[in-house]
Amino acid sequence: MIKAVMMMNTQGKPRLAKFYDFFTVEKQQELIRGVFSVLCSRPENISNFLEIDSLFGPDSWLVYKHYATLYFVLVFDGSENELAMLDLIQVLVETLDKCFSNVCELDIVFNYSKMHTVLDEIVFGGQVLETSSTEVMKAVEDISKLEAASNAVSLVPKSVSRWRGR
Amino acid sequence: MEQLKTIGRELAMGSQGGFGQSKEFLDLVKSIGESRSKAEEDRIVLSEIDILKRKLLEPDVPKRKMKEYIIRLVYIEMLGHDASFGYIHAVKMTHDDNLLLKRTGYLAVTLFLDEDHDLIILIVNTIQKDLRSDNYLVVCAALNAVCRLINEETIPAVLPQVVDLLNHGKEAVRKKAIMALHRFHRKSPSSVSHLVSNFRRKLCDSDPGVMGATLCPLFDLISEDVASYKDLVSSFVGILKQVTERKLPKSYDYHQMPAPFIQIKLLKIMALLSSGDKSASEMMYMVLGDLFRKCDSSTNIGNAILYECIRCISCIIPSPKLLEDAAEAISKFLKSDSHNLKYMGIDGLGRLIKISSDIAEQHQLAVIDCLEDPDDTLKRKTFELLYKMTKSSNVEVIVDRMIDYMISINDNHYKTEIASRCVELAEQFAPSNQWFIQIMNKVFEHAGDLVNIKVAHNLMRLIAEGFGEDDDDADNKLRLSAVESYLQIISEPKLPSLFLQVISWVLGEYGTADGKYSASYISGKLCDVADAYSSDETVKGYAVSALMKIYAFEIASGRKVDVLPECQSLIEELLASHSTDLQQRAYELQALLSLDARTVESILPLDASCEDIEVDKDLSFLNGYIQQAIESGAQPYVSERERSGGMFETTDYHSQDHHEVTSHALRFEAYELPKPSVPSQPSAALVPVPEPSYYSEPHQPISTSSSVSERESSEIKLRLDGVKQKWGRPSYQSSTSASSSTPPQAANGTSTHSDGGGVASSSSSKPRSSYESKKPEIDPEKQRLAASLFGGSSSSSRSDRKSSSGGHKPAKGTANKPLATVPKESPITVPDLLDFDEPTGTSDVAATDPFKELEGLMESSRQDGGGSTDVMGLYSTDASAPVKTTTSVDSLLSELSDSSRGTYHQSQTTKGPNSKEALEKDALVRQMGVNPTSQNPTLFKDLLG
Repeated sequence: MIKAVMMMNTQGKPRLAKFYDFFTVEKQQELIRGVFSVLCSRPENISNFLEIDSLFGPDSWLVYKHYATLYFVLVFDGSENELAMLDLIQVLVETLDKCFSNVCELDIVFNYSKMHTVLDEIVFGGQVLETSSTEVMKAVEDISKLEAASNAVSLVPKSVSRWRGR
Repeated sequence: MEQLKTIGRELAMGSQGGFGQSKEFLDLVKSIGESRSKAEEDRIVLSEIDILKRKLLEPDVPKRKMKEYIIRLVYIEMLGHDASFGYIHAVKMTHDDNLLLKRTGYLAVTLFLDEDHDLIILIVNTIQKDLRSDNYLVVCAALNAVCRLINEETIPAVLPQVVDLLNHGKEAVRKKAIMALHRFHRKSPSSVSHLVSNFRRKLCDSDPGVMGATLCPLFDLISEDVASYKDLVSSFVGILKQVTERKLPKSYDYHQMPAPFIQIKLLKIMALLSSGDKSASEMMYMVLGDLFRKCDSSTNIGNAILYECIRCISCIIPSPKLLEDAAEAISKFLKSDSHNLKYMGIDGLGRLIKISSDIAEQHQLAVIDCLEDPDDTLKRKTFELLYKMTKSSNVEVIVDRMIDYMISINDNHYKTEIASRCVELAEQFAPSNQWFIQIMNKVFEHAGDLVNIKVAHNLMRLIAEGFGEDDDDADNKLRLSAVESYLQIISEPKLPSLFLQVISWVLGEYGTADGKYSASYISGKLCDVADAYSSDETVKGYAVSALMKIYAFEIASGRKVDVLPECQSLIEELLASHSTDLQQRAYELQALLSLDARTVESILPLDASCEDIEVDKDLSFLNGYIQQAIESGAQPYVSERERSGGMFETTDYHSQDHHEVTSHALRFEAYELPKPSVPSQPSAALVPVPEPSYYSEPHQPISTSSSVSERESSEIKLRLDGVKQKWGRPSYQSSTSASSSTPPQAANGTSTHSDGGGVASSSSSKPRSSYESKKPEIDPEKQRLAASLFGGSSSSSRSDRKSSSGGHKPAKGTANKPLATVPKESPITVPDLLDFDEPTGTSDVAATDPFKELEGLMESSRQDGGGSTDVMGLYSTDASAPVKTTTSVDSLLSELSDSSRGTYHQSQTTKGPNSKEALEKDALVRQMGVNPTSQNPTLFKDLLG
């Protein structure tokens, strides 16, 4: 099971954090800080795996990938395959890339809720749901479309719609 | 965030797709991005919280605004600030009919609340309603919330709806419903136990994605109860076969691999089902063999499947052919340049070594390389492997290595683990007691506070018991060496408490035994310890007891005792100690000093910690006293059994009860039923008692003889007769006997089955392996290490080490033999075959292309520091945006225009939205007259995943 998905920049600022078991806000911060301090102490060009028992309890593994200014981090237990998890990060990034065309940290920062939408289509309740970025994109686009549609109907302020109606 | 500072707001607005946020949110994000310190960030967030609190309280907040506020709340909570004041608004938002708002509400509550939060009760109703919605997106959002927010008590409220959704028209919904059920199962297996059959049924769902999702709960179910799913083995094998034969729709391919995640899950499940089951294993041979042949080891995901196959093979009962395949895959992993694959290789070795113990030998040099790798993860994995392959022939090297590593790391969590492994290995395989003590000293010195207290007591027991019954001389040597090593270490600052306890105890027992060190020298040292660690009462207690023993031995041997002034002051200080234990010890010490030699000797005999103490259960030494008492008119003792016969004679019974007590005045009802076991307690103390009680042993006043025996018996708790010895005496003995009498080759030969040392002699004539020739300059040090680790025929480093003990090391003449044990391996034709980081497939490239640009972008901004303006230009999706400088774009250009990229661009035009931009940028770049010539391989590596 996947325990957490995190994105943070190289200065340790969290950009997205999703935990599939509940942790208090303080604990979450502690975990994010802990993960970051481990990550930033690792040299380049070494393996992407880490045993992270000390933070997440026994049987916890971490896979991370460093893209430009961002770390993508997955924490999971022994029932997942490390290399496959590395590819799951790849799926996530590919999807984001399709989503934002040339994704960068800014996209992630400014599209906070969309990030969650994308992530929810890939990982669901701690299990891998979908690994095809095309499928994920399709789902996300469906959601955007429907949301936009419902938005157009009901989110127009009343004053405006009245004005329009005239 | 340099970039954020300069980036225009419009730009950010332009990239937000359909999920627009207001100016305020962007400002917030931006100002946080620009903040220079945590304090500044906190200030910004706190003022934001104030604003939000105020705004949320305003009446009639427009819904769009409210959504915005909720997102801001989520954001500040991610930054670690409490947003609980707004939770209720998020809950309200889930009730909204508008899809966007509802989804935002669900997103917020799943991030904010845990399943036991009070507000959940307000959501359950909405969830129930939404699960029945016609709009599948609403259903999905609700299912998402179900996974996170429903606890054991609320499961029944939504269970029927979720079960209905298993047959929903949309496969996305079916998938999520299965996963929600899976989640329920994890939270409370009993609540869904009657629905387990649904999982089986869903395995046959028409949609392969749903089938794949079903594998997750089935994996859990099967790991709990293998037996009742045995019938599914053939189905799983069938599914896996179909998947590998590409029977699934193309859309399930990932990097040209058919549904790899499903394959991996299936392999995991089959490993569970076929573990130790011959017939089930046999069913899988075919498909596993196919996988080894088909898997594309040039992609990451292909290797993931290969690795999963190796794991699977290590669980089932494999065929020799499969083992070969697995070994080959492992050797590919190990030879790869990628650390990830090396890691997988080491892990695979660790798994397979249980099945075929000689598999590691052909990779000895690779393993040693991993051991010296800068990558900590890899190093730890390698230590795990070494731990698994430790045997008496290589324990010294491995434990030495482990200790070196243990000393070098700061991570207490891992330090504890590796320390306990060192101890375990040392106890199990120690070639000599001396070595064992040395290792223990190191472990204690560097990780003393992290090891189990039992370890300390084992060590003390070893020193006390020594080699055995018949070799007193060796015992004494051992003790002397222990004492010497401790006297050296003792003055080092900040030793761990546990280690000091051991030191004090050993110095007390054996410090003066050899006559080499004077009592005043040792006692001085002990006083220093008590002084230096004055806050540690346990250590002080040990030190005082040790002092007492030393003085006792002095007195017993008839020498005059000069109590050092510092000892005297220590005793005086402790006499007034707040700790009753220390006080007691001090008083005892004081009392002991005034006793005569004979008494002292019987109280604390020399080196008697291991002696049996004869416990006089009948207390016969009191006979005279009793006789006297009876003669002077006391009632004789009547045992409880006899007493119960005459219960009615209560008065008699009272007086009989306390026949020993000279004063008849104190008799209370409560004394009526004394426990018959009182006299036998001392004998119970002979059993190895849980160690903590050793320290807090019951202290008796020293003046009566009965208390002496009592004291002895507690002192004797280290006496551990009949307890199974921990450090494998038999193996150690056999190894020493072999070493003392037989030449090394023979010794190795006899134990071929365990360490494979015989290989050396048989293969010595073979030419050096290709592995060898590929790396002609292998450090001889490494070779020696390899030989000593892998039971090769010789190791000069080891012989150096062991020269003092004159052990079973091989002659130096064979020093280059281990090379021959390296198996012949053809040179790898494509050295980076396994390096999935390299852009070998165009599809890889196509998929990640934008990241290259991103990286190039970051690279450039890093290079010229303040040149972030051009970052802006590049960032803009509008290709016609002016690129203001050329320097910073260089790195980007170089990769954009190299030849391999050209082909890629062509192939890409049909694939994604990015190619056009990329081409445009490329064109722009050329326009500006920059003609990059070489590609930048490091960039490539970084960028392509």
